[in-house]
Amino acid sequence: MSQTTPSSTMSPDVPPVLSVVPSRALVDEAFRVSVQNLPPGCAVTLHSLHRSEEEDLWEAFGHYVSDQNGSVSLADDFSFGGTYVGKEAMGLLWSMRPVPGSREGLRLRKMNVCTPQLVHISVYDGHAQEGFTERPPLASVLSERWFVAPGVRRVEVREKGVRGTLFIPPGPGPFPGVLDMWGGGGGLVEYRSALLASHGYVSLALQYLTSGELALADVESKFFETAFNIIRFHPLVRPDRIGIFGLCLGAIATNHLAAESSVIKPRCCVCVSGVHICPRGPPLAGTTQLLLLTAHKVRVDENNHEIWRNRILPITGDLAEKIDVGKINCPMLLVNGRDDQNLSTVEAAEDMARMMQAAGKAHLLTTIEYPATGHLIELPYSPHFRATKFMKMDTKEKVMLLWGGQTKPHSDAQEDAWNKILSFLHHHLYSNNPPRAKM
Amino acid sequence: MGLMWSQRPVPGSKPGLRMRKTNVQTPMEVTISVYRGHLTKGFADQVPLAGAVVERWYMAPGVRRVPVTEGGLTATLFLPSGPGPFPGLLDLWGGGGKLVEYRAALLASHGFASLALDYLTPQITKETGKMVDNHYFEAAYRFLEQHPQVLGSRIGILGLSFGTSIALKMAVYSQVFKLRCAVCISGSHVQPIEGSVQQIMTSFHNNVDKTRFNMEQQVIWRDLLLPIPADPSLKVEVGRLRCPLLLVVGEDDQNWPAHESAVDVKEMMQRAGNYHLLTVLSYPGAGHLIEPPFTPFARASSYKILGTAPQTLMVLWGGETVAHCRAQEDAWRKTLVFLRENLYGGTNPRATASSHL
Repeated sequence: MSQTTPSSTMSPDVPPVLSVVPSRALVDEAFRVSVQNLPPGCAVTLHSLHRSEEEDLWEAFGHYVSDQNGSVSLADDFSFGGTYVGKEAMGLLWSMRPVPGSREGLRLRKMNVCTPQLVHISVYDGHAQEGFTERPPLASVLSERWFVAPGVRRVEVREKGVRGTLFIPPGPGPFPGVLDMWGGGGGLVEYRSALLASHGYVSLALQYLTSGELALADVESKFFETAFNIIRFHPLVRPDRIGIFGLCLGAIATNHLAAESSVIKPRCCVCVSGVHICPRGPPLAGTTQLLLLTAHKVRVDENNHEIWRNRILPITGDLAEKIDVGKINCPMLLVNGRDDQNLSTVEAAEDMARMMQAAGKAHLLTTIEYPATGHLIELPYSPHFRATKFMKMDTKEKVMLLWGGQTKPHSDAQEDAWNKILSFLHHHLYSNNPPRAKM
Repeated sequence: MGLMWSQRPVPGSKPGLRMRKTNVQTPMEVTISVYRGHLTKGFADQVPLAGAVVERWYMAPGVRRVPVTEGGLTATLFLPSGPGPFPGLLDLWGGGGKLVEYRAALLASHGFASLALDYLTPQITKETGKMVDNHYFEAAYRFLEQHPQVLGSRIGILGLSFGTSIALKMAVYSQVFKLRCAVCISGSHVQPIEGSVQQIMTSFHNNVDKTRFNMEQQVIWRDLLLPIPADPSLKVEVGRLRCPLLLVVGEDDQNWPAHESAVDVKEMMQRAGNYHLLTVLSYPGAGHLIEPPFTPFARASSYKILGTAPQTLMVLWGGETVAHCRAQEDAWRKTLVFLRENLYGGTNPRATASSHL
């Protein structure tokens, strides 16, 4: 057990009081962490601990000094060391990383959204860097972080060849809808849809086709439209107020649908860390082909982590290799990180803006770029991963991919982006004003 | 919070209902809806514009619920989240009996290891037919004191109504109890000195002819203890208290003369020289059932009398909705401050500083 400062004489008779308010909250809600009843000028470490669904341990900690009243408040006081520094009310969440000795390349994602994420917040005596599990804390509080608000309903969808999960807000409805599409990792990721439903949107988390199903090209073109219509024809959904939300590969599919589909008309689209670079035609098949063709452009960094951002550079001038974004007729919000090492989203966004400008559609496009932010722009307060293990959908090979970003600016970006995204969705899907693209 | 505290049973409900949650491990689910227009009825027949569901919890995450039967006790211990050790609290309800857990669960969520104790209808009384005596309460105190996650030197007591009678009795007369503080809500110190539980109840029953009824035939029991006797042998000797005491009383209490008792307690403590230990929170317009905040108010409700001839009456608790609900919010906040200061405070019980809020 190492401590950088000697521990103060804590009288065992006077227990400190640790409070985390609210102790039950949605994952995008902030909490207030404070400690009282410490001796004045006492060095303490605030610590968070979470055991993931894969049984890995994640932790964060900050070094504080109590004030004259024996109090520490994360919203008001500075952390002087640990996994985060400065005045950071939510540092115990966003700066979490796997405990020393963990497997490499881990990523924290909750698959079962019906139960909360349990985080133990504790206060330890002194300024410690390690050994938290080897001694008891002075006090500890359990915090529940939920993806679903009370009353949100979860419905598994298996119809017309579409697989996914629908989340429905509480109340009589009808509600606006969102088609929620993830990246190339595959599988079914529900947590963003669950949270969107907690904010009032009927949201369908879509599971992509397997590679076998992808082989049938015409299946794919109907696949996304069928998914969109499942939302559109749901009795609790307002059919004229459905948006599409895509990350990475999902954003490519979003761009494609917005530009090319004659069947579905989204009211607005959000594309996080996506591009419009994809051979014309069905986006999933096209992306697979693109990956094959550009494999030689993959580089590695000093840790042997794969950098994929050069695959689509330089941005092609060939229109047959790009989605015809000039045909888009709804407001688009692009959210990108300037340190994205996986996909050259910033460069692509510039090209997309030029194409839309040429088509007279510039007023529909809003682009937000965040400095020192990587590819995985996730929900606020979720930990940052600069590189993680990734299984390639086609070959099933596991590699370490470099996503990019520096923890603090990336976490700030996640918080800010989510607010902007919710505001954008609210403006276009809930508001009674006529649609205006620029926020 | 008006949507919570002003709730009442929907028209057509059974009379005399009182809302109390028995299972504290699940939340109270409340549906909040918005309807078009200014409606006063017919909500079930209309579709709202929107709705949301709110969960109201008595137990914070990590709070542990431990049923206790050792030592012949019928009780439930609620331990706060964390390794402890924590200050302890003995939580006593009133004459209705049964094991009522929600306040103890809530207190544990605020950092106090709280023992909800059934002392009128415990298992041992059901089996033997006899009321418990002082040993029962001392066993409860010892259970807390010796619990590995409780700070034995930091134990308090909180009682409502008849629970106040027990609390004051044990605080003053028990050799075993070493209380750090006491909170007495809607109670009185009038009782035969050192009487057993049975004797105290009998002394109340002896005055049953002083029961009055209001226009709606609801039972008013406040006169059973009035006038407050001058004879010191008929009252707990509060002048002998050595720990801070918080009295919470409603001035419209129709069930018990809590307000008059508080005035008399103050005089007794002033004469005895320990008045600096006393804080009185007296609320105009508040009735007898001063509960944790935001739960609905009942001016009268059905009450089952325990005993050889059990019967159900409509008892008048008193209080006016708005004043009573405000009193509950204020009293709860101040009770938590009082408990925090006295049970979590510095090594010397800062009696002067902490008792006057």
